[in-house]
Amino acid sequence: MAYPTKSQDGYDIVVLSDDVDLSCSPEARKAILASLASGNHTLVDLSAVTYIDSSGVASLVEGFQTAKKSDLRFGLIGVSEAAMSVLELARLDKVFPIHSDLAARLKADG
Amino acid sequence: MTNTPAIEVNNLVTHYGPRLILDGVDFSVDYGEVMVIMGGSGSGKSTLLRHLLGLHTPTHGCIKLLGHDITSCSADELQDLRRNMGVSFQGGALLSSMSVAENVMLPLREHTTLDEQTMGIMARMKLEVVNLGGFGDLNPSQLSGGMIKRAALARAIVTDPKLLFFDEPSAGLDPVVAAELDELILKLRDTMKMTIVVVTHELDSAFKIADRITVLDHGKILLTGRVEDVRASDNERIQDLLNRRPREEEIDADDYLRRLTGG
Repeated sequence: MAYPTKSQDGYDIVVLSDDVDLSCSPEARKAILASLASGNHTLVDLSAVTYIDSSGVASLVEGFQTAKKSDLRFGLIGVSEAAMSVLELARLDKVFPIHSDLAARLKADG
Repeated sequence: MTNTPAIEVNNLVTHYGPRLILDGVDFSVDYGEVMVIMGGSGSGKSTLLRHLLGLHTPTHGCIKLLGHDITSCSADELQDLRRNMGVSFQGGALLSSMSVAENVMLPLREHTTLDEQTMGIMARMKLEVVNLGGFGDLNPSQLSGGMIKRAALARAIVTDPKLLFFDEPSAGLDPVVAAELDELILKLRDTMKMTIVVVTHELDSAFKIADRITVLDHGKILLTGRVEDVRASDNERIQDLLNRRPREEEIDADDYLRRLTGG
């Protein structure tokens, strides 16, 4: 499954959906890292994610770390309840910049 | 999600040599349920667990995991199924030749083709989940007993298995660590929707985590029910277990003599 990336207000937004598990998390990782490799500030939209496993979350972690090293902005938006509970399990909800949507993120950016 | 159970055991009979160990065991575990298997020493609970893991072939009966009969499926099917099974053994069973994080990564190396970086993050994330963040580079010999148990749990859940099997999670742990593990088991059920089977003789832990309990005695199921059913049972053996009363067994003189003399 290839995940779409859209560009808006200075960000690339990678939109993940449905179950992000072992079978498709490599695609999620590819999309996130490709956006960052192009030098774009990147957000990952998790609003349509019904389940995300550890491999999917690992892709988010790697994206965040890569963004930090490249001095790019990174964050999660629209985190669904299902995704949030998995992030909370590893206390990653305290680590990622998380906003309800792009507008909220832009407001936080100032 | 399906209406069929995640685990189904039908008329399971097992002998070790001439000894009958499991005698017509029937039970099922629903998806997302924590089933605790309780019983005294020698009740057959560890043998039952080994059968559920596909490590022993029963004399008779069938065991279905996620719809697959593991008593008749091919080795390849069983291997596929094992990707969806996590096991935390009582002693931890960590390999001393590799670091804690490498131990945790083992199931990922065996069952996935994920990128090395992804596997490393997943392993360290699971160490964080079991409160062992920062211990990944240590050798297992540098961990305490409770830490080894938690590292073994991290390894058991690293692939986010659908089925998690747990042998005596709180045995030998101090009460605080034991309580933390209990909480974690419930979190895994609620967050990751895991179906969890816990074998234990720790009553407090069993009552805290169980959606249902199966009580085994001498290879037979005495009762499968909710915590309140077990507490309310008037079965003498169950009450002995709950009240920690030593069992008083009748001795068959001939049988006893035969055991002593080997004749």
